[in-house]
Amino acid sequence: MSQPSLADQQPAVRLRPRYSANGKHRDHSGASTLLYAKNLVKSYRKGPIEVPVLKGVDMEVRQGEFLSIVGQSGSGKSTLLHLLGTLDAPDQGEIYFSDRRIDNLPSRGRDVLRNQHIGMIFQFYHLLPELTTLENVLAPRMIAHGVVRYWLERKKHLEDAKEVLELVGLSHRLDHRPRELSGGEMQRAAIARALVAHPQLLLADEPTGNLDQKIGREILALLQRLNESRNLTVVMVTHDQGLARETDRIIRLAEGRVEQA
Amino acid sequence: MYKLLLSWRYLRTRYIALASVVSVTLGVATLIVVNSVMEGFAVEMHKRLHDVLSDIVFEGQGLEGLADPDYYEQEIRHIVGDDLQSVTHVIHLPAMASISIRGGETINQYVNLIGVDEKTYGSVCDFSQFLLHPENRQKLSFLLRDGGYDPRMAEAGWSHRRMWAAWEKAYQEQVRMEQERRLMQHPRPAPTAHAADESGEPSAPFDPIASAEAAAEPPAPQPPAPQPPQEPDAALAGEASPETPVAGPRGGRNPFDQFRREEAQQDVFDPTKEQHPGVILGIAIASRRQRDDNGNVKDYFFVQPGDDVQVSFPSAGNPPKPLHASFTVVDLYESKMSEYDSTFAFVPLRTLQELRNMIDPLTGTAAVTSIQLKLKPGANLRAVQDKLLKRFPPERYPYRIRTWQDLQGPLLQAVQLETTILNILLFLIIAVAGFGILATFFMIVVEKTRDIGILKALGAPSGGVMSIFLSYGLSLGMVGSGVGMVLGLLFVFYINDIADGLEYITGREVFDPTVYYFTEIPTIVEPFTIAWIVAGSVMIAVMASVLPALRAARLHPVRALRYE
Repeated sequence: MSQPSLADQQPAVRLRPRYSANGKHRDHSGASTLLYAKNLVKSYRKGPIEVPVLKGVDMEVRQGEFLSIVGQSGSGKSTLLHLLGTLDAPDQGEIYFSDRRIDNLPSRGRDVLRNQHIGMIFQFYHLLPELTTLENVLAPRMIAHGVVRYWLERKKHLEDAKEVLELVGLSHRLDHRPRELSGGEMQRAAIARALVAHPQLLLADEPTGNLDQKIGREILALLQRLNESRNLTVVMVTHDQGLARETDRIIRLAEGRVEQA
Repeated sequence: MYKLLLSWRYLRTRYIALASVVSVTLGVATLIVVNSVMEGFAVEMHKRLHDVLSDIVFEGQGLEGLADPDYYEQEIRHIVGDDLQSVTHVIHLPAMASISIRGGETINQYVNLIGVDEKTYGSVCDFSQFLLHPENRQKLSFLLRDGGYDPRMAEAGWSHRRMWAAWEKAYQEQVRMEQERRLMQHPRPAPTAHAADESGEPSAPFDPIASAEAAAEPPAPQPPAPQPPQEPDAALAGEASPETPVAGPRGGRNPFDQFRREEAQQDVFDPTKEQHPGVILGIAIASRRQRDDNGNVKDYFFVQPGDDVQVSFPSAGNPPKPLHASFTVVDLYESKMSEYDSTFAFVPLRTLQELRNMIDPLTGTAAVTSIQLKLKPGANLRAVQDKLLKRFPPERYPYRIRTWQDLQGPLLQAVQLETTILNILLFLIIAVAGFGILATFFMIVVEKTRDIGILKALGAPSGGVMSIFLSYGLSLGMVGSGVGMVLGLLFVFYINDIADGLEYITGREVFDPTVYYFTEIPTIVEPFTIAWIVAGSVMIAVMASVLPALRAARLHPVRALRYE
């Protein structure tokens, strides 16, 4: 694991053009490692049969990178993402986030990590149907703070939420319930919700999988814009090779292992 | 914050859960109504019982009673000390009242004859407040009053007495004339002069009611129709010694006649001016409560203040012999406790002592059968009872020392038991409602599985997810029991109107005053009880939501997110 100094890390990202002249992608090999997984093993138990999903995955994500994980259905890419997002714990292996081991954190620590430092979006958006767009975006803040503190700082939270909603281009839909939104709008709301805590890492689980080509492109463009303007590290799981090709780097998963591309 | 927001949103969007809480609402409402009515009944009954009874009764077990009550009173005053408020002497006797109702029949009824001291009895229990005459309520007197009794018996009092005395006299006259007419027809001695003048008129059957009413119509209650004013001497003579006219002409003048006549004149009891010793009868002895033709509850009196009754009671000696005495009803007693109203008959203590020979001719000490005590408010009844029992242990003294609660123990316990059982049953209803909430909540948790996964993915701790459902259960319980409380209280406040309404709809008496002696359903709203009921049912709702909430908290976020 290379550890370049902070000084040359940031300009390196900014100065590089997104697309190089030959269609190759930006290179983050000089940037520091944000997320690092070593020898991840995970299997699911279905009754007496143990189904191995990940059989020793090593990977790293560099600061400011837009990484995509591709693979066929059942290759374990979603499981890998869940492990990286601490939604699930690996059977073996270690995960480091900003040089701190996170896979064996107590549940409270993992909750805080997901709440503050890692944003997540999903194929089916996973918005709370009882809440409006704005309330959905505010939900992580509500979870982070107690009732009284939230209430005292509600103006700040509200401003922040409106700001991120504007960023994703949804400021005209604040008081709509998720079922009144289109798929693209729902995914934008989900992105806004993931961003409201200003995380360093965004994990996207097939964010365009439920959208048509055009809207999918829009969402990808939004993610790229965020990646660029906010220096947000994005890890996207997708099975769409075309989308993956537009990201900085691709990791291929096959049968629970990383296939070197 | 999200917990409150979400449980509020769930509350507003899940009407099925509100439906599951309806049974909580009904249970709480019923509990409040039942408790208020039972409490009302119990307190009313307690009050009535306590008003009727004195705090502690110290009684001898024989009919002869305590030979030297003043000694015992001294002892009791010494033992009870400062707690004592007042003491009175009482005679309790089983007795039989014979009530002649007009028309010739006599009603014999068992009564509990109670000799009371006019001055002190009212200070021991709230006896006087149950009397019908307002002046007797102020100051008890065993003298018949002129009127002003209860509106149910407008005539009662001296006017009533005079009216019936006049009727009686007229009736006697009628009988006498009838006898004389017979004597005239048969060849028997000396017809009197004026009997012949009258013989034509009264051959028609004599209607006592009509003539009495005729007598009552004009305000002057003078001897009425059949015989206009007559020499009192003759009338009295005829009444007092009917054999004299027979004896006179046959055996010549009896030299003692003169004296006998004077004696009779002095001793004769004039019911228009005099009364026997007074008696206060329980209202149910003197009347029957029935419905009239229109279905209204009405009291029918067959004895009113002013009438005389015969009372037979045992003498003081051993073995007891029956004694008979006439008493004049001077008032009625209405405690609205049917047990007392149908048996109590109060007479002056002194009269009873004299009639029963309970006064020691040498010392002048009068025996009584019991001494009743009233303690100061707040005094510990049981402690005083224990002290008295210590001084007069039952194995050495044949006295019974009982508190009013002992006297009415079974009744009070029955009411208590009834309330307890009803409470248990109704809380079971709410517990059943709790299982409804449990089932509904499990369904909601299953329905919300994905949302729970989302919350966890956003970093909500398990405890937070759990508390969403707990606070959801809490708010459902509060809504349910709050509505139930309002409904229950409304029902309690309007219970008599509701009873009337039910009566109107079903045509059936809900609360029959001929049975209960209450005109209205008594209710008492005890804030503490209501707080308990509401808190208990909210607790049940929360407890029912614990299991679903635990299940929600234990959901694995990944599996929850994948749940379709």
